[in-house]
Amino acid sequence: MSASVVFSKLLEAFGINCTIFFVTLLGALPLGLLVSFGSMSKFRPIRYIINTLVWIVRGSPLMLQIIFIFFVPPLLKLGNPWTTFGTNGRVVAVCVAFIINYACYFSEIFRGGIQSIPKGQYEAGLVLGMTKSQIFFRITLLQVIKRVIPPMGNEFMTLIKDTALANILATREIIYVSQEYIANRGLIWPLFSTAIFFLVFCGILTLLFNWLEKKMDYFRT
Amino acid sequence: MPILEVKNINKSFGTTKVLNDISFSLEKGQALAIIGSSGSGKTTLLRCLNFLETPDKGQIIVNDKPLFDSASPNLQSEEEIRKNRLHFGMVFQSFNLFPQYTALENVMLANLLMAKKQPNYKKNKHEIHDKIQSEAMALLEQMSLSGRMSHYPHQLSGGQQQRVAIARALAMKPDILCFDEPTSALDPELTGEVLKVIRSLADKHTTMVIVTHEMSFAHDVADQIVFMDKGVIVEQGTPEQVFEHTQNERTKAFLSRFSQNNS
Repeated sequence: MSASVVFSKLLEAFGINCTIFFVTLLGALPLGLLVSFGSMSKFRPIRYIINTLVWIVRGSPLMLQIIFIFFVPPLLKLGNPWTTFGTNGRVVAVCVAFIINYACYFSEIFRGGIQSIPKGQYEAGLVLGMTKSQIFFRITLLQVIKRVIPPMGNEFMTLIKDTALANILATREIIYVSQEYIANRGLIWPLFSTAIFFLVFCGILTLLFNWLEKKMDYFRT
Repeated sequence: MPILEVKNINKSFGTTKVLNDISFSLEKGQALAIIGSSGSGKTTLLRCLNFLETPDKGQIIVNDKPLFDSASPNLQSEEEIRKNRLHFGMVFQSFNLFPQYTALENVMLANLLMAKKQPNYKKNKHEIHDKIQSEAMALLEQMSLSGRMSHYPHQLSGGQQQRVAIARALAMKPDILCFDEPTSALDPELTGEVLKVIRSLADKHTTMVIVTHEMSFAHDVADQIVFMDKGVIVEQGTPEQVFEHTQNERTKAFLSRFSQNNS
């Protein structure tokens, strides 16, 4: 078995990891912002519900959450929603679990970012006759983004590595595929070589986040 | 007819009474200085005028129009408050410039956002933008900041930032411009340039309410002085009345503390 064949198989499998990564970001970034608004709501019941949700999601293993999302609807006789996605059903279930999980982590980062903006910025907008949404989008948001870039860099890196957890549902992501080489051919090195894919991916993320930080360097908060 | 009438304003935070039956009025083109020690309620009063705090009781009347009346709370919809705020400009102690915008953009932003809501905005986009920009540039020139228009706030000194903030407040053409200790966050050497700008505004008969610890400045610039202590107006009158012919013992004690500190 030539190394190039193994690597092309692994690369193909890593596509699943990348898919989970990007779909999760697409869902969890906006959802996380919504959840952060909920956790700062002046309406107490909303705050309690959101905080409880965040506690449960952050306080239990992501692997368990993936299993829960996938198996619980059929167990509760609610039908199996994942079959509607055909062969992708398992990946979709993984993505749903990831989106919920990461939205909760992101929400805390957003909340920290939003609450760290001095109140005076908001008040300066108010006295100039701006609406709440104008203040958020024109004044606060960019300052929040600048502040959350470093912790977000961490989360993005954790996320790509967490995608390996998808193998619990036997999705053909990179770790799962590399383990088949152990089982079927007694080859251990494909498993270890998967690190290269994650390292390269995280290297690119590091460069991207450095670039973003530089891009935001023109102002200080 | 006074441009601003404040009647019987009361405000408590929890059980602490911060403003107790505050009333005063201000003529158009006059400057009113509010003095008093920290915690006397000066800043809260200014924040009430700008609707950053809601008084528990009282009235705020501008040009004979009640902007706030605790007796008729239906005046207080969010949209209404937003419009009412525009009668007042506010310059904060800590400047509160928007860090991601240049000096010029800081001055233009609110007007641009407001213009966008006008029905004919799309048609005359460029003209409107140019008009707002030239007005903003004129204001910054007036603040002697011609060479600093494309600087970001962190590239400016405290005094320059505060002058941008004054230009930003003036850009909304408020009826009454409020200053909340505008020089308290500045080095002594930067204080002068900001006071000079406020003085020039007073010379142009800008209606102003100035909360300040600069006594000699208040004496020179204000037409009226209000001395506050523990949430009440203890003494008010012309600078001459309050500073030279002080009636109240508390005012005397405060002013003598000040002259001691400054000697």
